[in-house]
Amino acid sequence: MTGVDDVLALGDDALIAAQRLAEWTTNAPELEEDIALANIALDLLGQARLLLTYAGELEGEGRTEDDLAYLRGDREFRNVQLVELPRGDFADALVRMLFFALYQRELYDGLVIGDDARLAEIAAKAAKEVAYHVDHSTLWTLRLGDGTPESHRRAQEAVDRLWPYTHELFEGDVPREGWLAAVDAVLAEATLTRPSDEDSRFRPTGGRKGVHTEHLSYLLAEMQVLHRAHPGASW
Amino acid sequence: MTAVPLWEVFVRPRRGLSHQHVGSLHAPDATMALRNARDLYTRREEGVSIWVVPAASITASSPEERDAFFDPAADKIYRHPTFYEVPEGAEHI
Amino acid sequence: MYGNDIPEQPGTAGLLDEVAAAERDLAGRDHDASADPTAYFDAVIAADGKIEPRDEMPEAYRKGLIRQIAQHAHSEIIGMQPEGNWISRAPSLKRKAILLAKVQDEAGHGLYLYAAAETLGIDRAELYRLLLAGKQKYSSIFNYPTLTWADVGAVGWLVDGAAIVNQVPLCRCSYGPYARAMIRICKEESFHQRQGYEILYTLATGTPEQKAMAQDAVDRWWYPSLAMFGPPDTDSTHSAQSMAWKIKRFSNDDLRQKFVDMTVQQAGVLGLVLPDPGLSWNEERGHWDYTQPDYDELFTVIKGDGPCNRERMAHRQAAWDDGAWVREAAMAYAEKKKVTT
Repeated sequence: MTGVDDVLALGDDALIAAQRLAEWTTNAPELEEDIALANIALDLLGQARLLLTYAGELEGEGRTEDDLAYLRGDREFRNVQLVELPRGDFADALVRMLFFALYQRELYDGLVIGDDARLAEIAAKAAKEVAYHVDHSTLWTLRLGDGTPESHRRAQEAVDRLWPYTHELFEGDVPREGWLAAVDAVLAEATLTRPSDEDSRFRPTGGRKGVHTEHLSYLLAEMQVLHRAHPGASW
Repeated sequence: MTAVPLWEVFVRPRRGLSHQHVGSLHAPDATMALRNARDLYTRREEGVSIWVVPAASITASSPEERDAFFDPAADKIYRHPTFYEVPEGAEHI
Repeated sequence: MYGNDIPEQPGTAGLLDEVAAAERDLAGRDHDASADPTAYFDAVIAADGKIEPRDEMPEAYRKGLIRQIAQHAHSEIIGMQPEGNWISRAPSLKRKAILLAKVQDEAGHGLYLYAAAETLGIDRAELYRLLLAGKQKYSSIFNYPTLTWADVGAVGWLVDGAAIVNQVPLCRCSYGPYARAMIRICKEESFHQRQGYEILYTLATGTPEQKAMAQDAVDRWWYPSLAMFGPPDTDSTHSAQSMAWKIKRFSNDDLRQKFVDMTVQQAGVLGLVLPDPGLSWNEERGHWDYTQPDYDELFTVIKGDGPCNRERMAHRQAAWDDGAWVREAAMAYAEKKKVTT
């Protein structure tokens, strides 16, 4: 049987990733990209809502998606640290999207054929969205990696900065092999170097247990401020 | 820096209809143009298929040629079925 | 798409019918060719036809249209900022999704309009440059701050409402690409005003604090929204020629009156008060009498000294500058692939 924390983990990943990505609105390098990033943030937000609603039902204490999103503290969130890291530059955003979307692809592929019918249904819908996120982040990783010297430098720095946080994605049931092969293929074509596992001793972890980076509390403070200022109000 | 090319976008609203021009956008290459067109012009399920064409590749008739191109068709009304008289009593014609 | 559990809002349906009628009229109109291009232009305008991109047109018509369409496009893009301000703090996940989709629509509308302007022979990059250099304007309404969540509702109801009243007649504008862009935009925007109205209705029927928040927002946005229609007809520099060329179809004052007449009733349904003690029904005119907005304030804001002018421009400039390396990378990649394939 699926545990509440398992579903919260999926929902929180999607919610925090959406919140970060939505920060790009009005800040993207071109208008077309502003629209594309908003579409992806909307996909993730939609996944978060379905998953948090389901988590609330599993818990059985009558908590809604909004109760779970707005009335939990940072120690109660179950997302991986990768998605809560600050917005960074465009390379950070797209490399992070590549790592995360490829992970979500593996994750949802598993859930679609899993025992939990409800999760399978959510995953089937989300899988189509994630396929687009993989496509979008792949195209941009190629362009940044193999574009100009500056974009190559920034893309490589983003890969190096984010890589340690990817290990946390595979502490659960999602297998790493398929993900690693897919990442390797994109990075190689983008002329980017993937940090070797041997060299990466820094492997931050704890998100699934509610231990986060310093950044999550700030993100939640902003996200929750209005909702918490009016207890019990409808919006 | 070179200007980012302009692309014209054509969308097939649903199966059975032809692609129709819906607008334009800027993109560095065809791959990105197609994605941008998807995000910009089909957010509300407006289409099932998209074409993008570099605006620079379109050859258009010019307004100066309007008379020579399109006027000569005006007096050839025998191309339309309404030109013909059908005798009374003839069916399915 | 998003649940509307509020009373039907008066006024909007009629405006949407006008958009649909304008779209129907696009089809099936053309005009006798004439050897003289100027005569052709005049004949098309006289017969309520559409001018298309490669037609001969007076230089002043072309320039005026570029100015107006660009200003309209810039307004959509700068207008993303005051509303985008609340995406991260939206009070429910449903509201967050709606607001994000709405702000995204504004980006799309900006793009449709830039594309329409480009058919007149000016490049989008040049239009960006003119905006950032302060050579082209955007609607002064977006230089006011969104201080509370209720402002998101007030912007949707009043600002988008005023914009729709302004824009619906543009669906019949004499320039084809502009008219077509406006039809698409008006159809998409019909949800914008409703979501604003729904936000205010929810607040106005919520806790006392929420209702006060809603009233405060309406108090601050009412007069700036009236000012969106521009200076009174007696002072408007561009109106007469625009009307003759059928770019503009109604005067600033006519549209302002139409907006007031629609809005008074809607405010009543919300149970909120429009901050004008002079509002009263004039039986003789068949319209509401109202107090004019402070046009000195409007000109102060237009000239750059509104509360947020500097921030809005700095934000846009920073986004553009920060994105330069990305745009260069994409072009460099495209060039490389062109050479090697």
